[in-house]
Amino acid sequence: MLKKIKHLWHIIRRLAGDDAYEQYLKHHAEFHQSTVDAPPPLSRKEFFKLWQDDKWKGVKRCC
Amino acid sequence: MNKNFKTIMWLAVALLGAFAVAGIALNRGESINALWIITAAVCVYAIGYRFYSAWIAARVLVIDETRATPAERLDNGRDFVPTNKWIVFGHHFAAIAGPGPLIGPTLAAQFGYLPGTLWILIGAVLGGAVQDMVILFFSTRRNGRSLGQMARDEIGAIGGTAALIGTFLIMIILIAVLGLVVVNAMKHSPWATSTVAATIPIAMIVGIYMRNIRPGRVLEASIIGVVLLLLSVWGGGWISDHETLRTWFDHDGLPLAYAIIVYGFAAAVLPVWLLLAPRDYLSTFMKLGTILLLAIAIVILRPEIHMPAVTQFVDGTGPIFGGKLFPFVFITIACGAISGFHALIASGTTPKLLTNERDIRMIGYGGMLLESFVAIMAMIAATVLEPGIFFAINSPAGVVGKEAVDAIAKINSWGFAVTVEQMQQLAKDMGESTLFARTGGAPSLAVGMASIFGSAFGKHLLALWYHFAIMFEAIFILTTLDAGTRVGRFMLQDMLGNFNKKLGETSYMPSVVFTSSVVVAGWGYFLYIGVIDPNGGVNILWPLFGIANQMLAAIALCVATGILVKSGKLKYAWVTALPLLWLVIVTTTAAYQKVFSSDIRVGFLAAADDMATKLYSGVLPPEKAAVAPQLIFNQHLDAYLTLFFVVVLWVVIVDMLRLCARYLAGKRVPKLSEVPHEPSRMVEDWVRD
Repeated sequence: MLKKIKHLWHIIRRLAGDDAYEQYLKHHAEFHQSTVDAPPPLSRKEFFKLWQDDKWKGVKRCC
Repeated sequence: MNKNFKTIMWLAVALLGAFAVAGIALNRGESINALWIITAAVCVYAIGYRFYSAWIAARVLVIDETRATPAERLDNGRDFVPTNKWIVFGHHFAAIAGPGPLIGPTLAAQFGYLPGTLWILIGAVLGGAVQDMVILFFSTRRNGRSLGQMARDEIGAIGGTAALIGTFLIMIILIAVLGLVVVNAMKHSPWATSTVAATIPIAMIVGIYMRNIRPGRVLEASIIGVVLLLLSVWGGGWISDHETLRTWFDHDGLPLAYAIIVYGFAAAVLPVWLLLAPRDYLSTFMKLGTILLLAIAIVILRPEIHMPAVTQFVDGTGPIFGGKLFPFVFITIACGAISGFHALIASGTTPKLLTNERDIRMIGYGGMLLESFVAIMAMIAATVLEPGIFFAINSPAGVVGKEAVDAIAKINSWGFAVTVEQMQQLAKDMGESTLFARTGGAPSLAVGMASIFGSAFGKHLLALWYHFAIMFEAIFILTTLDAGTRVGRFMLQDMLGNFNKKLGETSYMPSVVFTSSVVVAGWGYFLYIGVIDPNGGVNILWPLFGIANQMLAAIALCVATGILVKSGKLKYAWVTALPLLWLVIVTTTAAYQKVFSSDIRVGFLAAADDMATKLYSGVLPPEKAAVAPQLIFNQHLDAYLTLFFVVVLWVVIVDMLRLCARYLAGKRVPKLSEVPHEPSRMVEDWVRD
């Protein structure tokens, strides 16, 4: 039961974009940290700014 | 599961569905239970999804589970991200479900519950859901390219330009009509106006919280916002009872329209994080929550439908909008059955998130079925009202008369029982001064929802439920208005960028102000005319929007049919060609009637001539004579706009047919722009966390 609630909470967070930064860090660690002099990941604030601006380019809402 | 058992189960679903559809179609009694409609809908959707969409996926599109999707190949952690299919479904549904499927069915209920319900079911299963799924598939195979780009690549420059212009114009008309719906809901209603006004600072608080106080904490901020919104509904009641405060929010239609125009401009120019994005979070939460609540309430309550199956207004004399059942029921219910706008969402954002092609069926086809179900619920909420009350709320003063007594007498003469006292009591219950001539569909839907919620969860709160429903509709209408104005601005900047590089820069302030002004002026004009029109404006704007939306759907289906033929799948091309044919018939007939009909409530030119004659012979009362020249000009403009839509549509169709003919004759055509096959490296369990 507890596991199911946790899973639901996970889905809600993902849907809302609440965990977007954590997802980004994961992606960054996986793909962009291969070299030593790779740039560090963005801060939460910087990332959120970019993410939100990206999200609102183009048709995002319908009638 | 045993194979025989499965067969028996699907046979049972088919029988139950057929039984329920026959039940709602053949019922001629006093009333019918809403559960019949729900049952019919669920069975039709289940069969359509299980068999038709599976067949399309396997045979027509030949979905390939082993093929890497753009999200996998181009994964960048931001816009191309392989995502769990339920999450994509949520995003996709939140994007396609707007106010359209709520308003269209409410207006179409003037024909009775049956025509609209049947079209919502048939249109979605055979048309709308197919369009969404097919476009989603083609865009996925083309790295998430937009409909306009696909039209250009696959058909030619003409198709691409037509899709672009079509999208821009539909946006203008859509925003105008949505603005009009909100204005009509707020007119002389301090409660509704103050609640809707409060959503603006609430959205800003949420925006600042997410940006600066606790960056990226979307859920926390949204919860705070939702609580504030609910408080604002309650606070609106307090303002409405307050002697002086209420006068601040008690306005005519015109000042409210100006306020919305100023707001629209501000929203397009202000940074997204401050107003648009937080408002969108709130509206998405409210939308999903309220739709779920409505579904639960309908199932608990199982209300009786009081509207007749078919009313006498199928002959074209309807008070809400003029025009016969064919073609106007198919124009009025655009979203919920088939909506061209969805093609813009299905090409663009959603394909960039798909982990596997097999999810296309559930997200494209399934997402549209859920939207169609929202339209069914709106139809139920509109038809549970006594027809007399429904018509009293939705008939414009220009049709039934300004005075309550006249309106009631007129509605009674149509054979629908309602009294002045009944309407006064209803207005009092809902916390409004009057509910007469609140056109646009939102208020009658709110009354219907309030009575359903009231019966299911407590009747003493009717006024709160009513204003909750108004707030719920207004908040996502305003989100569409913000987002639409912004998209219009981007599109215009993109077009102007071809002539002047500087104007094309999205952050160049003079260009931002200029293009935003043009877009806002465009819809602001139609909104202004809609407000001063004594026939309510909805009568003109909604059919125009419907024609534009169906035209866009037809363009999307043209692109899809062209691609199918070019891929050597001529024998399956009917899957998109048949809905296309139907839309072309409907749109062309409707456009012809809207322009040339001699009925002044249908034909733009006839209405303009009639008003001009009356104006010159001096029979118009002074207040009508003052606005008559503007209305005459507008009727002409609407006629040209409608003609323009039809011409654009036919240009694309002829272009597509030419392309198909060339391909079949073995001549050279633009190459398929599909990205070559690359095997997927994804292990299912690894992404589906």
